[in-house]
Amino acid sequence: MKRIMTTGAALLTLSLAALTGCTSSDGSGSGGAVTLDYWLWDDNQKASYQACADAFHTANPDITVKLTQTAWAQYWQNLTTQLAAGDAPDVWTDQASYYPQFVTSNQILDIQPFVDRDKVDLTQYQAGLADLYAKDGKRYGLPKDWDTMALVYNTTHLQAQGITAAALKNLTWNPTDGGSFEQVIAKATVDEKGRNGLDPAFDKSKVKTYGFLPEWADGSQGQNGWGNLAVSNGFGFLDKNPWGTKYSYDDPKLAATIDWFKSLIAKGYAPALDKASTLSRDALLAARKGAITFAGSWMINSYLAPDAKVKFAFAPLPTGPVGRKTAINGLSDAINAGTEHKEEAWKWVKFLGSADCQNIVGGNGVVFPAIKAAGDKALAAHQAKGQDVQVFVDEAKAPGGTFFLPISEHGNEISQVVQDAVQSAVLGQSDSATALKKANDQVNALFK
Amino acid sequence: MGQLRQRDDRRVGWLFVAPVLVGFAVFYAYPAARGVWYSLTDYTMLGTPSFVGAGNYTDLLADRQFWSSMLVTAYYVVLNIASQTVLAIVVAGLMHRLTRSVVLRATLLLPWLVPNVTIGLLWMWLLDTNLGFVNHLLHAVGLGTVGFFTDANWAMPAIAGINTWAYTGYTALLLYAGMLQIPQHLYESAAIDGAGELRIFARITLPLLRPVLALVLVVSLIGSFQIFDTVAVTTKGGPVSATRVIYFFIYQQAFSYFHMGYAAAAAVFLALVLGVFTFAQLRLLRASNSDLA
Repeated sequence: MKRIMTTGAALLTLSLAALTGCTSSDGSGSGGAVTLDYWLWDDNQKASYQACADAFHTANPDITVKLTQTAWAQYWQNLTTQLAAGDAPDVWTDQASYYPQFVTSNQILDIQPFVDRDKVDLTQYQAGLADLYAKDGKRYGLPKDWDTMALVYNTTHLQAQGITAAALKNLTWNPTDGGSFEQVIAKATVDEKGRNGLDPAFDKSKVKTYGFLPEWADGSQGQNGWGNLAVSNGFGFLDKNPWGTKYSYDDPKLAATIDWFKSLIAKGYAPALDKASTLSRDALLAARKGAITFAGSWMINSYLAPDAKVKFAFAPLPTGPVGRKTAINGLSDAINAGTEHKEEAWKWVKFLGSADCQNIVGGNGVVFPAIKAAGDKALAAHQAKGQDVQVFVDEAKAPGGTFFLPISEHGNEISQVVQDAVQSAVLGQSDSATALKKANDQVNALFK
Repeated sequence: MGQLRQRDDRRVGWLFVAPVLVGFAVFYAYPAARGVWYSLTDYTMLGTPSFVGAGNYTDLLADRQFWSSMLVTAYYVVLNIASQTVLAIVVAGLMHRLTRSVVLRATLLLPWLVPNVTIGLLWMWLLDTNLGFVNHLLHAVGLGTVGFFTDANWAMPAIAGINTWAYTGYTALLLYAGMLQIPQHLYESAAIDGAGELRIFARITLPLLRPVLALVLVVSLIGSFQIFDTVAVTTKGGPVSATRVIYFFIYQQAFSYFHMGYAAAAAVFLALVLGVFTFAQLRLLRASNSDLA
């Protein structure tokens, strides 16, 4: 009996040792040399930030930065689990709609004292970006890049339909008749007999190429479609941004925008949601199933890849009743509130937010860095690659031409509630105004 | 004589069971107990949980999305279990009476060997409205295209169909193994009496298969309730909430909204429901006694 007891105990100790063994291994801090863990999700950007990390290491031989890239789909889950396990990275790439939950749960270090001490110039960044990550005098990150939206279109297809690039420069839109934007979409829609959407004989049941591909899995913000048009129709998401507590999805101006999209579907200019493909819009555009859609600047290198079979180009968003409005969004770098190396982590974040790093990133032409001068470098890098991406920069610089995506608590739940409402409206299960009113009540109830 | 002591195997028996027991305690019992505890708290993964009593459960019972998810799951289970079991019985019956080719049996298992995520991706491409082969065929024979994953009426039948495709072979093999236990002489006497194949199947195979069938039904019902990966790959619960099955609901609550306590409550509730189902099913089908005895 005794032997069995000891064996059992030994087994238990073994498994306990195995369990505890994985938690306490982060003891490299005391001896001077420090390794910082840094997380990002975009594999396109990994090389650029590795270059930053190398430059940083050269300047600070004591500090090594270890990059880990996790796909977007798992990024936030992994991060949250690691934070819960006390094993999270020292610094991570942060996104505007995801960071509030970490602020609420005290996971992100307030860097305002460091910013004041080191006198970081917050005006060097693209206007408004720095304030996205501030709340009540505290600051949770320095801006690293920005993105805006534009139209992307199949150049050969539109040329064949007699639509010139010049005609796309000044499109107008309104929710009643769709303006010249709808005319272009109609002309770009072609049925199997080659008739376009303006032809009286156009057969909407046999469409070969849709003029426009909408995105309906677009959360509560509609960044890839309805959001931009609704705002250009005078819609505002939130009473106060960032950190508002009352949404206004019941605004008739939003319902009117969704109704316009439904009219596109009814006319056969866009695929119905219940007949839509589950594949991404860029795959469908490349398969010539659609002619025009919205694209974010982070998609530039996908659409303008040298080996792309279809030739694409970008055009500005249409001008709505209150002007041309594009969503602008910016990422930042957050410091883990629980890190053992606060000073070193701040040094790295400061470097990431400085011209030294952002010029490296800009020079590679993958994203537009937050520092204005580095943004121009990115534009030049794109031009050197033969990519015309001027529209994204022009839109970002146009006074009053941009709006920030809503930032509040409960972002994930709101995303699902509003997306469900928009989809049920587009599927015809409910009319837009009713569905959005119901969703808005649900959303605002989260803040009570 | 008299020197041989009765050896007691019980002690050494525990030793052999120990590794499994430790694994069970560490990976099942402990997490399950923790899960029950979390279901009584407002745990969010970050921060310390505080006790909220039955709060999560009362919220859950009033949550319309939760009940909608339960209904959607039940719909899936009915579609999937019905089609899968009927098909599997037919296939097993054919294998039993017609051919005993090992190659055929192995082939039947192939879809089951493919990981679910791969199956989801494979069928997502095949069934895609614009670029999928199935819709290409439908279009070619003059039928309209169907948005299998984007049409609220089609999404669930499509997912049930995919999983039926994936699991029929495995279920058939289990039933086939059960059929092999039925004594051959019964079939011989039936043949001498001039019974046809259909009659033999209805009067001999099915009644004597009952205990195995009951077990297979219970196991596949529980498995079917746990539908997750196919949904996560193809529809992500959409369109609207037509395929937001209960596991996807729990997953979203836990890992998208970080309502760990609430998700744990839903999981505990689901475990209770499954327990009741299993008990009722085993009793109704009298699974523990065979007609052969």
